[in-house]
Amino acid sequence: MSEWPILSIITFFPLLGALLILLLIKEDSEQSKNNIRNIALMTTGATFLISLLLWVFFDNTTADMQFVETASWLGGNINYKMGVDGISMLFVILTTFLLPFCILASWRSVKNNVKEFMIAFLVLETFLIGVFSSLDLLVFYVFFEGGLIPLYLIIGIWGGKNRVYASFKFFLFTLAGSVLMLLAIMAMYWDAGTTDIVKLLEHDFPAEMQTWLWLAFFASFAVKMPMWPFHTWLPDAHVQAPTAGSVILAGLSLKMGGYGFIRFSLAMFPEASGEMQTFVFTLSAIAIIYTSLVAMMQKDMKKLIAYSSVAHMAFVTAGIFSANSLGIEGAIFQMLSHGIVSSALFLCVGVIYDRMHTREISAYGGLVHTMPFYAFIFMVFTLANVGLPGTSGFVGEVLTLAGMFQVNTWVAFFATTGVILSAGYALWLYRRVIFGELEKESLRDILDMSRREKYILVPMAAITILFGLYPQPIFNVTSVSVDNLIENYQADMQRAGLLSDQPRIKASAASASAATD
Amino acid sequence: MIYTAIVFLPILASIFAGVFGRYFDAKVSEYLTSGVLVFIAFLSWVVLLGSGFEGETLNTKINILTWIDITGFKANWIIRVDMLTAVMFVVVNTVSAVVHVYSIGYMHNDPHRIRFFSYLSFFTFAMLTLITADNFLQMFFGWEGVGVASYLLIGFWYKKQSAGAAAMKAFIVNRVGDFGFALGIFGVLYVFGSVDFDTVFTAAPDMVNNSFNFLGYDVDILTTLSILLFIGAMGKSAQFLLHTWLPDAMEGPTPVSALIHAATMVTAGVFLVARCSPLFELAPDAMNFVTLIGATTAFFAATVGLVQNDIKRVIAYSTASQLGYMFVALGVGAYQAAIFHLFTHAFFKALLFLGAGSVIHAMSDEQDMRKMGGIWKKIPKTYVMMLVGTLALTGFPLTAGYFSKDAIIEAAFVSQNYFAEYAFYAVILAALMTSFYSWRLIFMTFHGKSRASKDVLSHVHESPNIMLVPLYILAAGALLAGILFVPYFIGDGQQAFWFTSIYTSESNQILHDIHGVSAYVKYSPFVMMLIGFGLAYQFYIRQPQIPVQLAARFDTLYRFLLNKWYFDEVYDFVFVKGAQKLGTFLAVKVDKGVIDRYGPDGIAALVFRITARVSKFQSGLLYHYAFVMLIGVAVMLTYFVVWGAR
Repeated sequence: MSEWPILSIITFFPLLGALLILLLIKEDSEQSKNNIRNIALMTTGATFLISLLLWVFFDNTTADMQFVETASWLGGNINYKMGVDGISMLFVILTTFLLPFCILASWRSVKNNVKEFMIAFLVLETFLIGVFSSLDLLVFYVFFEGGLIPLYLIIGIWGGKNRVYASFKFFLFTLAGSVLMLLAIMAMYWDAGTTDIVKLLEHDFPAEMQTWLWLAFFASFAVKMPMWPFHTWLPDAHVQAPTAGSVILAGLSLKMGGYGFIRFSLAMFPEASGEMQTFVFTLSAIAIIYTSLVAMMQKDMKKLIAYSSVAHMAFVTAGIFSANSLGIEGAIFQMLSHGIVSSALFLCVGVIYDRMHTREISAYGGLVHTMPFYAFIFMVFTLANVGLPGTSGFVGEVLTLAGMFQVNTWVAFFATTGVILSAGYALWLYRRVIFGELEKESLRDILDMSRREKYILVPMAAITILFGLYPQPIFNVTSVSVDNLIENYQADMQRAGLLSDQPRIKASAASASAATD
Repeated sequence: MIYTAIVFLPILASIFAGVFGRYFDAKVSEYLTSGVLVFIAFLSWVVLLGSGFEGETLNTKINILTWIDITGFKANWIIRVDMLTAVMFVVVNTVSAVVHVYSIGYMHNDPHRIRFFSYLSFFTFAMLTLITADNFLQMFFGWEGVGVASYLLIGFWYKKQSAGAAAMKAFIVNRVGDFGFALGIFGVLYVFGSVDFDTVFTAAPDMVNNSFNFLGYDVDILTTLSILLFIGAMGKSAQFLLHTWLPDAMEGPTPVSALIHAATMVTAGVFLVARCSPLFELAPDAMNFVTLIGATTAFFAATVGLVQNDIKRVIAYSTASQLGYMFVALGVGAYQAAIFHLFTHAFFKALLFLGAGSVIHAMSDEQDMRKMGGIWKKIPKTYVMMLVGTLALTGFPLTAGYFSKDAIIEAAFVSQNYFAEYAFYAVILAALMTSFYSWRLIFMTFHGKSRASKDVLSHVHESPNIMLVPLYILAAGALLAGILFVPYFIGDGQQAFWFTSIYTSESNQILHDIHGVSAYVKYSPFVMMLIGFGLAYQFYIRQPQIPVQLAARFDTLYRFLLNKWYFDEVYDFVFVKGAQKLGTFLAVKVDKGVIDRYGPDGIAALVFRITARVSKFQSGLLYHYAFVMLIGVAVMLTYFVVWGAR
């Protein structure tokens, strides 16, 4: 496979579809709209199938980058370089997996400017894949920031009433981070003489510089995650975004922050990461409790799920900066799982929004009477959101928590309260929407899920349960890369003399003397 | 093979009923799931009896699948069978089979009964994974699985607002316990580097008196871990402070109450402690705590049970109280007695619940005992079955409860545990109250003058055989389970019987010591039972005006008990309302009031002010300019980087 530039093919294949739509089809009839939809669906579907080749040919036994391609770009050691390892590969697949569902979910709900909408999504896919597969810092940056443009457009054009405010807020939060990250990239280039990520990973930045670089990257990633208190753009953006936009936001956009934390913050600035551990832990613990409580009191379903996303991402940040295999593998798994579960929850909201055109929780109640299948599917994802064992939500949560416990019992203690709080907001939402007597006249002839909606949500439910019971295929991919990352991290910390040498277990005086006898 | 069948057949039946059941007549799902359960109940007895009551013959582990295998964490799906599991097999599958069959009659008018049977079988599967777990994580899977099944079944009649609320409450209160359980698992992993039972239990003795840092304090390892795990048990087994969900869980259909909220799921906490006996046995302070909570629950729940009027709630409080007994036994180190009581209690409590279901069925879904009375002649078979259950519960000589309950009371008496004396008085008083409320239930329901409406009375009928035969089976258990099994569970054969499945240290001779108790201890439970019976007879048959007068005279106390010590009110005010208020405060005052105001909105306002002054440009599409600007910055800086490189 190595002679084929497979990553570039996957990355730019959606652009091809976009081009096709742009040049060949004029949106002037229902028929042409359907053609546009079909081309978009086939393009994203084909991209997904091609991307599966990555998994098939992926070598689980090495931590090195795979499927690497290099082409000279700007000169001066700045190249177009692509490649994936165990940390990034599955995010590429998550992206290609979710995009066809985004197209399907917008099949009927987007009626105007279908052409532009689909082009925006296909372009967005290219950027998203690029983020996870680029091996040059500048290329990464272009994909990372460039992806915002179609996303702004999707929210700003096809969004709800307050879309301008929402995208503006989104922009303001992101702007500060992007500028700082770009400055940091320049600084790194001047220090290391390259923007090649693989080389940067081996480069040791001076300790003081690490702290500044870490903070600059943090500014960008913390907004993306989003971490408390940089999260307030997310609920607004979700509420205004069309369903498919929410899927991208929750399922993929947030994951760029987590991926960035692992790839750059932790791997390139280990000493700074060690120093900032408590800081990240504190923000994460606050986020879990704070946003769970806020989620509970939301009246809008999408806002509720958006806030719960913030809480779930806090498990990820705390897991990553635990800097042990439990925490990081858990964080990666949690991101993949959340990518599917939260996307599915937004799609679930979309199902009833398309019918009733409201997201107010109080507008619903007793849906189980008329929509039993929907009630079942929604239950699966609600339980996954609550982190029930047997769903993928559990695996990530329990591993990140166990990872935190290894380094800081306080943060594990507070974060574990999320177990209770998530049950609170998720089940309360479910009860208010699904259970109870069907009292509202308007809901009386609401239809259960259509076949198209089932095609979207049933596979996602199946994957949620499958990887809950048998998550090992995921860990087979990630293990070696993560172990390698931690080894390097430990070695760096060792050299810097920052490794704690406190024993985990203190033997009592009595048993210690008994041991020496 | 036989074990794999026992564990996996119910889930197959459940999936079949859930997915394909709707394409067939409801009978197909009913008989399939019930048939499967009867079959595996039979297999379970084969396993138990086939062992020849020698624990050594049962020691199997069947590896099913790798669950999680990463550096520093490994957990497999394994079916682990030892004597403790085999006993639980019998309890779970027997009661479940009986409840399945009973439900065919009880639910025959319900339009959603296919779903009901699917849930019941799913529950059974989850419970079986719990008791066959070989590591803490797998146990947690079963633990949460039964929680979900319980949630679904309590909320089965989803039209009722109260059912939805009760289901949610049950899940969330259980999650409070799970919070402790989860921390316990993380702690086990931290200390032992494994969640595997055998690895952890083998290493436990080395950890005696060692400490680790937990929440800033150096704490004793085994005590801390045991208490954290026990908090999980408190949630699931409805122990004092985390008991509030159990009475509300009676919103579910009565067969569910019998299976989940009496015989099996609520005993999972007891099973957890018994399974972890190698940890608890080495943590005396944790054992003190277990005793304290168990004794308090036994007493507290019994007091509340004295005055409840809903027939199912009386039995629910009785269940909580009896679970308290089991924890007292665990706390004083008599794990075998705890499991013995779990075993016998499953029969007579399921019998009482199903009997109550039969009564409710006969009374046109009436559950308030104040609207019953005098119906024993109309439903004599149900009446006799309820009597059997009551005799066993109150510990009438030679019934099942007599052997297991008295053993616990004696164990509390001889124990050296810090709270043993407190526990002894708590359980002996609880025995009196148990007898009182049980006979009160019988008298109010079956005797005296009927207080039901004529219309209801005219419809009172005996249940069909499909509901009565299950009662007979359970009644047989309630009468015989004690006398037949006492030698193996807690008698001379107990060591050979349990083998290594329950660990007791060499200094723990409590099962031996209880034979030496003086006569007044030995007979005191019997005396308490008689007093309780006498009082109930006096109050509810001979002078029915007495309870009314007492209630009026001791109004405060009566209300205190009737309102279950006001736990629900306090919890609602502190936790539910508190969390809601805090959530609103954070959403409105902090998110919008502070973060947005000084963050993006503040900046936006500033930008607007400046741009308005500079160019008076007023475009609603500001964001377009904004990201054009962003691209500009990006391009400029890219160029800068390239230029800088050359």
